[in-house]
Amino acid sequence: MAEYPDDLKYQDSHEYVRLDGEIATIGITEFAVRELGEIVFVELPEIGKTFAKGDELGTIESVKAVGELYSPVTGAVVESNNALIDDPELLNDDPYGEGWLLKIRVDDPSELDDALTASQYSALVEGAE
Amino acid sequence: MANQENIAASLARTPLYQLGVELKARLTSFGGWEMPVQYSGITSEHEAVRNAAGMFDISHMGKFTLEGKKVIDQLQGLVPSDLSRLQAGQAQYTVLLNPQGGIIDDIIIYYQGEEKVAIVVNAATTAKDKTWLLQNLNLDEIQFQDLSPEKVLIALQGPQAENYLQPFVETDLQPIKAFGHLQANILGQPAFIARTGYTGEDGFEIMVDPEVGRELWRNLYNAGVVPAGLGARDTLRLEAAMALYGQDIDDNTTPLEAGLGWLVHLDTKGDFIGRSVLEQQKANGVQRRLVGLQMQGRNIARHGYQVLSAGQVVGEVTSGTISPTLGYPVALAYIPSKLAKVGQQLEVEIRGKAYPAVVVKRPFYRSKTKK
Repeated sequence: MAEYPDDLKYQDSHEYVRLDGEIATIGITEFAVRELGEIVFVELPEIGKTFAKGDELGTIESVKAVGELYSPVTGAVVESNNALIDDPELLNDDPYGEGWLLKIRVDDPSELDDALTASQYSALVEGAE
Repeated sequence: MANQENIAASLARTPLYQLGVELKARLTSFGGWEMPVQYSGITSEHEAVRNAAGMFDISHMGKFTLEGKKVIDQLQGLVPSDLSRLQAGQAQYTVLLNPQGGIIDDIIIYYQGEEKVAIVVNAATTAKDKTWLLQNLNLDEIQFQDLSPEKVLIALQGPQAENYLQPFVETDLQPIKAFGHLQANILGQPAFIARTGYTGEDGFEIMVDPEVGRELWRNLYNAGVVPAGLGARDTLRLEAAMALYGQDIDDNTTPLEAGLGWLVHLDTKGDFIGRSVLEQQKANGVQRRLVGLQMQGRNIARHGYQVLSAGQVVGEVTSGTISPTLGYPVALAYIPSKLAKVGQQLEVEIRGKAYPAVVVKRPFYRSKTKK
């Protein structure tokens, strides 16, 4: 069974958010990584671009499939993980650590009130297997 | 066949299904079958086949034998390739054609000598091919047998395939050339061994009874052969630019359009179904062709994406992936013949944006160790 850290907030579209003040670090869950298979390419938006909650942020390509990344929050991109451009496998190896994708400055943290907890998300995906 | 493999399910399972489950393969639905898509991971399985050896359960493929007077002559009328060249122990990769020159299936015809032939066909087209063959052969002279449900087919592929297989076979494998085949004992039991495959590497396709197949699979696994699934099979065959039926070729594409002109032998053989269409295409040139594309960036062109030239849609990608061996994305696409020259700059639309691609020679990858 995959791991879902308790300090993260989860979306049913398989993104996670680590909220630190007004900065949200966004990545995809171990479940999503496992479903996609070996990740070979990550396409992320430019810094400064703004997104509404639910907008498509980018794409993650594995050998066999394409996955879309949706923004769990409204805000502006302040940083993206450049290490993934050269080494997309970081996402496979460490999705909650070195495989993070983007940092977004959040307009309204209450948007995350309806996010799933680790146990809710875990029940959703592991139960569905 | 043992009943445990016939548990009522919507998807068929091969006699090796349980071995895949034991190895924790990830399973997928493919052409009506529940098949392993990957074991350890597509990339590592792919690399095992390119560098050492991997094995695939391909028992889902259709397996026929035809025996009887003039069996080769009769088959000559169904394919564009000249089968009269075949010596016993040789095989021909070819296509069954409909009257429009379209490809009913791509198949391998193994001539075993003495008016005996084995044919291996795609899994999803097995029933279609069987119907076609039975309709178009003179069955007064030919005995047709469908071995599909009762035989296991294992593809052992890679530069080390011969070394891994030899200990289990009483016959010397070394003299068998590419597309050569013979009957020999494996683990003391009769087997059909062919030096063919779908990965662009040296290797063998081995047809045996289920019990022998399971034992061979276990022995090869214990010897270090990497089990590989449909995912690696797809990246391997695509690097070798081999067509996938239903995706790159189908009933509406002719072998000349699909870059399979090398198996059309109009000059040396007589009439066959579809001949007049191929003659016309040969005389006038084809309108569209299946070409190899190399993406200029890292975005992957996939099946169904549109190919553009000067902003206009001109064609469609039929297969695409990132090549694990080459490290960049490659694709097969149908485009107008006038744009099919090697070096032609095109674009592929990926998620609403156009990305540069260039027409390159097929195959994308060629093995240095292939027999």
